[in-house]
Amino acid sequence: MKIFLTSYILAVIGLSLYFFQDPALEASMQRGNEIYADFCVTCHLEAGEGVVSTFPPLAKSDYLLQNRAASIRGVKFGQQAEIVVNGVTYNSAMPSPGLEDDEIADVMNYILNSWGNTSDKIVTVEEVEAIQK
Amino acid sequence: MKNSIAALYLIVVAFNFSCGQDTANQVATISDTPFTPELLVEDVAIPWGIAFLPDGSMLITEKSGELILFKDGQKNTLSNVPEVYSRGQGGLLDVAVHPDYENNGWIYLSYASEEGEEKGGHTAFTRAKISDNSLTNSQLLYKGSPNTTKGQHFGSRIEFDDKGYVYLSIGERGARDDNPQDITRDGGKIYRFYDDGRIPEDNPFVGTEGAKTAIYSYGHRNPQGLIKNPKTGDIWDNEHGPKGGDEINIIKPGANYGWPVITYGVNYSGTPITDKTAMDGMEQPIHYWLPSIAPSGMAFITTDNYGADWNGSLLVGSLKFQYLELLKLNGTKVTDRIELIKGLGRVRDVVQGPDGLIYVGVEGKGVYKLVPKK
Ligand code: HEC
Repeated sequence: MKIFLTSYILAVIGLSLYFFQDPALEASMQRGNEIYADFCVTCHLEAGEGVVSTFPPLAKSDYLLQNRAASIRGVKFGQQAEIVVNGVTYNSAMPSPGLEDDEIADVMNYILNSWGNTSDKIVTVEEVEAIQK
Repeated sequence: MKNSIAALYLIVVAFNFSCGQDTANQVATISDTPFTPELLVEDVAIPWGIAFLPDGSMLITEKSGELILFKDGQKNTLSNVPEVYSRGQGGLLDVAVHPDYENNGWIYLSYASEEGEEKGGHTAFTRAKISDNSLTNSQLLYKGSPNTTKGQHFGSRIEFDDKGYVYLSIGERGARDDNPQDITRDGGKIYRFYDDGRIPEDNPFVGTEGAKTAIYSYGHRNPQGLIKNPKTGDIWDNEHGPKGGDEINIIKPGANYGWPVITYGVNYSGTPITDKTAMDGMEQPIHYWLPSIAPSGMAFITTDNYGADWNGSLLVGSLKFQYLELLKLNGTKVTDRIELIKGLGRVRDVVQGPDGLIYVGVEGKGVYKLVPKK
């Protein structure tokens, strides 16, 4: 009975999360999907899987999920640094894509909430604006 | 006896045929390359285009907007370079030197530009002269329109033929259903001009109502390789397909290269774009790549510097697999593919210098010279 109750409650919570996802996030992700297809997919690929040792993955990337500010900074200004993503070292260059702050917020929301990634806080334009080189 | 000779002949022919198919779709590695790559120009983030002046000095475009003159082992950054629109694949793109530079001093640039009314950018084409490490006499020869904020498919390469014309490629700017098949719109085209930017009277769409008359051929996706075949004088391009279906085409006046009506590729997501790879009135590539290599830059080897066997072969950079591809040709048929300098980085441009040696622009590195082994 206890097990039934907990799983029932969990299921309800899960479903409500699924059905009542923040509409602002939803809209941002949709715009972000288009930005992704235009500016990112050539390197990080359709399912965010990347190319081992060349283009780091975004799907389930520990770097992305644990370094939110650094990830936004990289997307905002481009980056060339040694980073470790899921245990693999990358030391190459991502050119600055030249996006507007609102577009960066959208694409961040897309990559932070796709392919099994989840993030409990929506990326806002203000948050992107505040990030400096 | 006769029969067995005929049978043998058939077997040999069939074997050759099947090999021909295979080698065209598989890239081979070789153990002893006839050269050593030597990093000649260091620290160029994205060496997008490379061209030589008659004195052997080198012009290099860096995508974010720097034009570098490499002379006597020194890098000089030229001033007064046109402002570029740095977004997505846009930036400072190709550079070319007029075949009669000694007498007229013109260099040509293609780049993404915000020039115009609408928000965004499109590919622009300018010529200028160099004086005291600065560009002077800049003349805007062409500008694609309307601008768009899409980050994709600016092209662009510049090439001269033997008859005094200059060719420019512009990609379809991320609007595949609007631009490439419509000759009244820019993008997804190869253009032809006189060297001063005037439109030749015999361009194929001169006199066609509403057409952009600089257009020479259409139905292209994103051509980032353009080279004159030194034997025939024809202009060849290479262009990025979607997922699969990168192509090499021989450019003919007024011809339609089919994008996106026919293609050997599919969407990045794997869903089909069309079920057609061929159609009447549309050109077939002389070669297509499956999977895509993401081709950029194109050069013919016209010397025996790397062995007589490679003379006449074509070189194409691969951004995706980070190698330089050598394509051996029999006329217009690709017979063999060989991967070179694998793993140095994304190969952005390849040119044959006036010394007959090959120079390769590699992202994150700079320009390599392929020094022949003795
Ligand atoms: C030209 C290829 C290229 C493009 C286009 C590109 N990236 Fe990257 N990206 C890279 C490379 C290479 C790195 C690793 C850079 C380093 O070594 O410092 C990287 C790193 C990252 C990282 C941090 C590492 C990780 O995997 O979590 C994030 C996040 C990221 N990119 C997001 C994006 C987004 C969003 C876009 C589109 C707006 C984009 N990238 C477009 C090549 C690219």
